[in-house]
Amino acid sequence: MTNDNHVDGNALGGLLMDVFGREMTDANGLCGSCGTEHVMAELMVYRSGPGDVVRCPSCTTVLLVVTPLPSGPRVYFSSLQWLAPSS
Amino acid sequence: MDRVDETAQVRSLVLDVPEWAGHLPGQHVDVRLTADDGYQAERSYSIATPADGNRITITIERIADGEVSPYLVDELQVGDKLELRGPIGGYFVWQPSDGGPLFLAAGGSGVVPLMAMLRARVGARADIPVKLLVSARTADDVIYSGELGVLGDGQSGVEVIQTLTRAQPPGWSGYRRRVDREMVADVAWPAAGMPRCYACGPTGFVEAVASALVGLGHDPKNIRTERFGPTGG
Repeated sequence: MTNDNHVDGNALGGLLMDVFGREMTDANGLCGSCGTEHVMAELMVYRSGPGDVVRCPSCTTVLLVVTPLPSGPRVYFSSLQWLAPSS
Repeated sequence: MDRVDETAQVRSLVLDVPEWAGHLPGQHVDVRLTADDGYQAERSYSIATPADGNRITITIERIADGEVSPYLVDELQVGDKLELRGPIGGYFVWQPSDGGPLFLAAGGSGVVPLMAMLRARVGARADIPVKLLVSARTADDVIYSGELGVLGDGQSGVEVIQTLTRAQPPGWSGYRRRVDREMVADVAWPAAGMPRCYACGPTGFVEAVASALVGLGHDPKNIRTERFGPTGG
């Protein structure tokens, strides 16, 4: 998982704006697996499949999967315990 | 729309965007292309300039097998319309009021959002000290090389350090290897000065810079990163 084939959460800014209606790359989230808090921009994003797989940079657990559907983007929550926009 | 050739593979597009609400240095836009059959492809491109009314400049590297960049670099004509979303990004941003000193590390076209920050600093006539590390394969691959040469002439408080990883011109006095901890230790501001650090480029480049900075004692909260994958774009 420490290869160079990923980008980071900055790349999801536009999609997440469509879902949440606001800037989310500076939002904070907690990994429910290892308990580390990260800014969305720092998460690892793997884009090789039909959706974007978002992993914790500390423990590589899948936190989110963001899939573009004809109706618009859909966010599947895996191990992301919480997500809080920056104030 | 206007075009500026930056290198053999890189071109800047100056776009007029109706009702553009302004942006911060470091932000990007998503560009969406739609084929005649309805197929859509979308890519993110950093904005290279600070806010300037309805005008933004994006700088695009041609990725040989890319779905979007060859069209934007080679085929888009003045007067063509583009579908844009943005500005996007609230994390990888800096403006002169955020202060410094500033350490910027650019791998390849990762220099684009950092150039927006540098241009904002110049536009604000701020005296914030800046060190910019630019990594490119060859001298011909350095984007904005003319402007960086002027900025880094020693008069403006901006120091530009270059490393050419693949080939160097005769008499080259800069670095000639990929970025490593020793290089970051040599060129970055000392951690004690609490500099703001921004690294953008291919994922391996950004990881090398960020881990070196953390190892040198920089507060991770002062290190902001943007990774664009193995080759970029």
